[in-house]
Amino acid sequence: MGNDIFEITVNSVKLIVVFLLMVQAVPILVWLERRGSAFIQNRFGPNRVGPLGLLQLLADAVKFITKEDFAPDKAIRKLFYAAPVFALIPATLAYAAIPMSLPFIVPAFEMFGSSWGPYKFLVQGYEIGVGIVFILGVSSLAAYTILMAGWGSGSKFSLLGALRASAQVISYELALGLSIVGVILLYGTFSLSDMILAQQGPLQFVAFGYTVTSAVSWIPNWGIFYQPVGFVLFFAAAFAESNRLPFDLAEGEAELVAGFHTEYGGFKMLMFFIGEYGHMMIASGLATTFFFGGYGIPGITPAELQQVILSWGFSEAAAGGLNSLIHFLSYNVKFAIFLWIFIQVRWTLPRFRYDQLMDLGWKTMLPWALANTVVTAIAIYVVTL
Amino acid sequence: MPLGGIIFLTIFIAIFGTFLIFLARAIGGQRKDNSAVKRDIYECGIPSQDKKESRISVKFYLTAILFILFDIEIIFMYPWALSFRDFIANGAGTPVLISMGIFVAIFVYGLWWEVKSRALEWD
Repeated sequence: MGNDIFEITVNSVKLIVVFLLMVQAVPILVWLERRGSAFIQNRFGPNRVGPLGLLQLLADAVKFITKEDFAPDKAIRKLFYAAPVFALIPATLAYAAIPMSLPFIVPAFEMFGSSWGPYKFLVQGYEIGVGIVFILGVSSLAAYTILMAGWGSGSKFSLLGALRASAQVISYELALGLSIVGVILLYGTFSLSDMILAQQGPLQFVAFGYTVTSAVSWIPNWGIFYQPVGFVLFFAAAFAESNRLPFDLAEGEAELVAGFHTEYGGFKMLMFFIGEYGHMMIASGLATTFFFGGYGIPGITPAELQQVILSWGFSEAAAGGLNSLIHFLSYNVKFAIFLWIFIQVRWTLPRFRYDQLMDLGWKTMLPWALANTVVTAIAIYVVTL
Repeated sequence: MPLGGIIFLTIFIAIFGTFLIFLARAIGGQRKDNSAVKRDIYECGIPSQDKKESRISVKFYLTAILFILFDIEIIFMYPWALSFRDFIANGAGTPVLISMGIFVAIFVYGLWWEVKSRALEWD
């Protein structure tokens, strides 16, 4: 985590901040979802507590924490209580591996009578060379927490909901995993940071020995222009992975009451919520990274932006920090757009039937993802030959 | 060193989550009403069934087994996709592409056979 005490401390605090960032985003997303759904359905939504109903979240949290903690007699108590705690872990571990901005460079300085640095802090929890494989592997551990909750509750509805959810998650994992093969073929790397570096600058690629560059400089070199089918498959599979409508068969209330969290209430329920929204955030962050240039800004590369900021009269270090901050905002704008798409889709599309869901995953999306991979491989082979 | 960070974050969340559960337990308290009906699992009117009494479709197990087969096949494609450009650059693109074509053909045959044998039908 670092070479000296300062670096280790900063990196540890950074990890906690990433986790809290995720936990903090959940109430805001819940507010956005309730408010947005209200406007979509021509209602008002929460607008009584605080300005625009923003303090509704605090009121909800107080309500949650004053609820009686309760486990049914037939529950397996260890599993029942461990499941919500474990639900937080996969989402956070995966989210911490997504780069959110340029590295933050701290020049050498004097403190406590000794010299420290220089340091380079990544604006992400940790950098992993095999980023994609790690994120896919860790985030699929969420199926275990669902099964733990379903089995531990001891209820028939929970068990059926958990089985449905896990069958759905693993089925769509095939399409999700296969839609990323095209991305790996395109960039030739597993590392998310390298992918973002490859997407900087204007649209440019090498074909038959010629370098093709877009005439206008503001069209970015994003993955969406090379992998449109891959993007659609990835995003659709991400909906199923995070158990969101139109794929939320796990909690089809007309059939299963509330699915795997039927027996949960209060803070335990809230922790499952954080896990679910965490998966939405991972999907949005990955879609941004793979297909929309990560933290990159269209029309200007980080190095050019650095020059612009330096011309405003900032010092080298301050300009680097400001540059990092601007790219962080750019990442968050894209990230927020994807999260809004998640919410809008939920309140627009009706739910699938279970056999339709499985058919879509196995018989439609898996062959399309396979075809996308084959076409990408052949195109790369023909074009670079 | 990402491993240290991963272990740190896992332990931190485990402690944080456990703390939250104990906090909610302490603040929420226990009500006096503790009847058998309250402590029973959820059901809507009729006597409740627990998981031992409910039967589960074998399709779930089948889906899980098929998932493992196909997932391993997909994972085999990852290192191939990673080094495909290197192979092309070193002039070995054709054999690598052809061997992957054979692999994909087996994959497609497996999927076709699975659909044909109605292993994916939910009724």
